[in-house]
Amino acid sequence: MLDLILSIYKIPVINILVKIIVIMVPLLLTVAYFTYAERKVIGYMQVRIGPNRVGPRGWLQPIADAMKLMFKEIIFPSDANKVLFTIAPTLAIATALAAWAVVPFGSELVLADINVALLYILAMTSIGVYGIILAGWSSNSKYAIMSTLRTAAQVVSYEIAMGFALVGVVMAARSLNIGDIVEGQSSSIWGWYMWPLLPLFVIYFISGVAETNRAPFDVAEGESEIVAGFHVEYSGILFAIFFLAEYANMILISIMAALMFMGGWLSPFEGVSALGLGDSFLAGSSIIWLLAKTAIFMFLFLWFRATFPRYRYDQIMRLGWKVFIPITIVWIYVVGLMYYLELAPWFIKG
Amino acid sequence: MHQLTQFFDSLFLAELFKGLSVTGKYLFKKKITVQYPEEKTPQSFRFRGLHAQRRYANGEERCIACKLCEAICPALAISIESEQREDGTRRTKSYDIDLTKCIFCGFCEESCPVDSIVETRIFEYYGEERGDLLMTKEKLLAVGDKYEAQIAADRAQDAPYR
Repeated sequence: MLDLILSIYKIPVINILVKIIVIMVPLLLTVAYFTYAERKVIGYMQVRIGPNRVGPRGWLQPIADAMKLMFKEIIFPSDANKVLFTIAPTLAIATALAAWAVVPFGSELVLADINVALLYILAMTSIGVYGIILAGWSSNSKYAIMSTLRTAAQVVSYEIAMGFALVGVVMAARSLNIGDIVEGQSSSIWGWYMWPLLPLFVIYFISGVAETNRAPFDVAEGESEIVAGFHVEYSGILFAIFFLAEYANMILISIMAALMFMGGWLSPFEGVSALGLGDSFLAGSSIIWLLAKTAIFMFLFLWFRATFPRYRYDQIMRLGWKVFIPITIVWIYVVGLMYYLELAPWFIKG
Repeated sequence: MHQLTQFFDSLFLAELFKGLSVTGKYLFKKKITVQYPEEKTPQSFRFRGLHAQRRYANGEERCIACKLCEAICPALAISIESEQREDGTRRTKSYDIDLTKCIFCGFCEESCPVDSIVETRIFEYYGEERGDLLMTKEKLLAVGDKYEAQIAADRAQDAPYR
């Protein structure tokens, strides 16, 4: 029996499908409980307690929400382009999930170990924006189209800053393969790229917040001025899919920040013999560290949302073009200089 | 110098960190949520909820159909019809309050010379059908009979301030 299962598992298609499920199911569960965490954390920051009615302490709230959205009617606005109207959320979720194919969870734990993983992720997140743009356009609603215009301009500007921030990482790691980037940070906590690339690290994460249209850069949704932006006409499961895509993207940005700047699955106690951890669990690199680091960034997303008021549109543009892009360009020169000086432990020519 | 500090403040996001620290502190503060059906906030004796009509201790209804409440009601929610009873006193034939119109301002209670129409502490009521929120004289008197003890206690507590 076991042999049979193993032989079936060895069929390439089945093998890949199983791996996809192993990544997707926990990811979607994380998305579901991320929404719960968001409501709880923001509630706590506003001195209230958040959802606590469905199930013990509200733990079943995301399940209830998902069920509700699934059984709700999908309403197509009259004069909406129905084909594009349904393709839009599909495009958003497909790219948001496809990007996870190249995300490594450990030195061997990766679905597609390709050499241009970083470019692939940038490409996927860029295509995902078309989902939002199509949604806004096909809704045939002025609020939706307004949001589309904002999203298009905002994401284009922040993608440049984000790309430049990643150029710094690529220069330091001399590879586009995420596994190699993480390995390049090994030795100790000081080997992490967040130290030499601190400005790029900050800019990467803030651009990531802007990329995913989260507060304080959520002008695409802008409840107070354009109702809900691009998904104002969406209901039921189509709306849920947009929601899913947004949260999957947030987790992607978080895990990428952890991988590229905070040493991914490497332990922060690596190379510290003074603590006497030896080869124990804390000193070894494992997926736990990666998830813990990711959780920090995911929490930051929520913290930002609870704290900052929405940026005005022209302020967003000013920040993107006149602050972030100059800083990244200057820092790329600094990285070049550090590389030239072979600054240890990051820039040792191998 | 001022410009320089301002430049560095904005470059290093000083004010944003200040904001984050505020919300960060509030994350651990004691929560003030009242878990409504299980917990309730204290009510004032002047609470203005569902209306009631009162009776005297001998069972006689207080209302003398003076229609002051009908006159003062800003939402025109009260409508009264009166008649002369066999013993020669004036009493209401019908006394209706449309709770869907009522704004719970309490003017009816203020204007009443015999403390007949009052607003009680009851606020958890509902109507399942249209007309359920149309209070007739019978319904109002029933509410009054049921909660007379509470109503009287609240009036007594308020009396020194009148």
